[in-house]
Amino acid sequence: MAQTKHNTEDYLRMYRQMVRIRTFEDNANQLYLSAKMPGLTHMYSGEEAVAVGICEALTTSDKITSTHRGHGHCVAKGAAFREMFCELLGKEEGYCRGKGGSMHIADQSNGNLGANAIVGGSMGIATGSAFTAKMLGTKDVTVCFFGDGATAQGLWYEVMNMAALWKLPVIYACENNGYSEYTKTEEIAAGSITARAEAFGIEAHQVDGQDVLAVNNLTRDLVARARKGEGPFFLELMTYRYHGHHVGDINREYYRSKSEEQDWKDNRDPIIRFRAWLVDQGIASEAEIEAMNGEIKADAKSAVEYALNAKYPDVSEVDMHVYVGVDHALA
Amino acid sequence: MREITLSQAVNEALAEEMRRDETVFIIGEDVAEAGTPFKVLSGLVEEFGTQRVVDTPIAEPGFMGLAVGAAMTGTRPVVDLMFGDFIYLIMDQLCNQAAKTHYMSGGKLSVPLVLRTNLGATRRSAAQHSQSLHALVAHIPGLKVALPSSAYEAKGLMKTAIRDDNPVVIFEDKLMYNDKAPVPEEEFLIPFGEANVKREGTDITLIGTSSMVQVCEKAAEILAAEGISAEVIDPRTIVPLDEATLLASARKTSRVIVVDEGHQSYGVTGEIASRINEKAFYHLDAPVLRMGAMDVPVPFSPALEDITVPTPEGVAAQARKLVAREMIHAA
Repeated sequence: MAQTKHNTEDYLRMYRQMVRIRTFEDNANQLYLSAKMPGLTHMYSGEEAVAVGICEALTTSDKITSTHRGHGHCVAKGAAFREMFCELLGKEEGYCRGKGGSMHIADQSNGNLGANAIVGGSMGIATGSAFTAKMLGTKDVTVCFFGDGATAQGLWYEVMNMAALWKLPVIYACENNGYSEYTKTEEIAAGSITARAEAFGIEAHQVDGQDVLAVNNLTRDLVARARKGEGPFFLELMTYRYHGHHVGDINREYYRSKSEEQDWKDNRDPIIRFRAWLVDQGIASEAEIEAMNGEIKADAKSAVEYALNAKYPDVSEVDMHVYVGVDHALA
Repeated sequence: MREITLSQAVNEALAEEMRRDETVFIIGEDVAEAGTPFKVLSGLVEEFGTQRVVDTPIAEPGFMGLAVGAAMTGTRPVVDLMFGDFIYLIMDQLCNQAAKTHYMSGGKLSVPLVLRTNLGATRRSAAQHSQSLHALVAHIPGLKVALPSSAYEAKGLMKTAIRDDNPVVIFEDKLMYNDKAPVPEEEFLIPFGEANVKREGTDITLIGTSSMVQVCEKAAEILAAEGISAEVIDPRTIVPLDEATLLASARKTSRVIVVDEGHQSYGVTGEIASRINEKAFYHLDAPVLRMGAMDVPVPFSPALEDITVPTPEGVAAQARKLVAREMIHAA
């Protein structure tokens, strides 16, 4: 693991947040498999070190934009299980009162401007958030999460150009999990992804996205520099998604072998690696880690129970929130 | 009362709102020193500087997306889209992002932005610089749509739009920028959803939008000389639509023509005609007629272009037939 100068609390919080993401996803997957969740969802499992390494380098008022594979970002930026599960199940107490669902969770109280179901759709929003920070003189930095698939979207090049011209405090964070939906990234991305950012004069880094400390150290440095007006920056985080494109993408050997998946899980899992490091460094004992894992599992279980029993929104809400200042758009 | 051009009216509205609220800024192509190709924004960059009158690269999805994110985080962008025809380029950012953010977030996030663009044919600009595409955005819940018909409306509606907490699209008729109208020196706003009865009449109602209001007024003059009393109504905003005023007039005159410069099929004329049919059917003495632009791409040749849009003579001719009961069973 990359060396760093964090204190024990920081390390344990990073571990805890990664396990919370994995646990959230395991429960979400079960809700899908047991037909208790409407619709589909996209699992973040395997990529935890990316969201946690980055979000642990941000303050609450720093902003993020997220993707269809967004539960990890949402948890890492401070969201609570209960409101998240309620949203996944379309319940009134969800972060978006059940109107957004898995692909649109937004938690503005923690600076999460929302997941986005259009691949690359939030690149403009993140850049605009950084524009606001510059215009109003706040010190907020915005991180724009997207996958390798989104690097094919033209919008990215348009907004990177403007961000570079205007030195906006935005960090474009590309989670390269090797697959653009059901297609290998090498089949959809010509040349080098980092070179694309560099073409705009943007400092670009490639980092091991399975090493939470490497991600966190680099991001801390870039966030501090972005706050001083040295942005924008680009990060390519090499990572892996354990599940298919979405929870229903189960038979996927036609594009990805089981042995490849097993290799990442056995040898490059971000949680196993960090856990071993914590024990090795004497930061936590196996017993303490098991206790933490158990506590997170219990939290998730009770949040799922709560969400399953929670109320759906009243049907009268269907035409609410169409327009600000209009209680019911169809009244 | 003093008279100013529509162009000056828009300029004044923007300047007043930018003085009142320092979070308002203008962003788009050639908006600063150039003041746009139509010179509508001339002088603003001198007063407000390049931080608030922001020239962008030619990247409509990029600056539209940026504006959405800026609006979500505490500013009030006025996006300048040089030609209404370019709206196709920004559809994802406008319709998937700006229009839906408030709803998808369960009312937590909002997008207070104005998109100012234009419509109108007969400028000899051919099919990609002449379209009137307001029906496209009026179809999307979450967007408001204003269609100023003179300098007075252009100013009052723009000021209201900037203060609105929702995304508002304003289409100015690009042929009207130099048209003068009385505009008070003192501040005024025009509320959305309040139609303006431009001329009272008893035999037939002519509902016109944008520059078609003038077409309807001229048609009413022609008809008046023949002893036919036409009422002319300008809805001013089509979302929200002041249905009550339109229905009251339909019930009074029993005959209605709806005139709009968008293509006739699946357009604004059809929507308004349908609402009148549904809600004033027993008051009607004739079918409600639609008069939109011809369902062809706008041609370049003046000989062809001029026959694609409604004219006062054309409207008067249809009105005559309705009043003479020649179109009770219109083919």
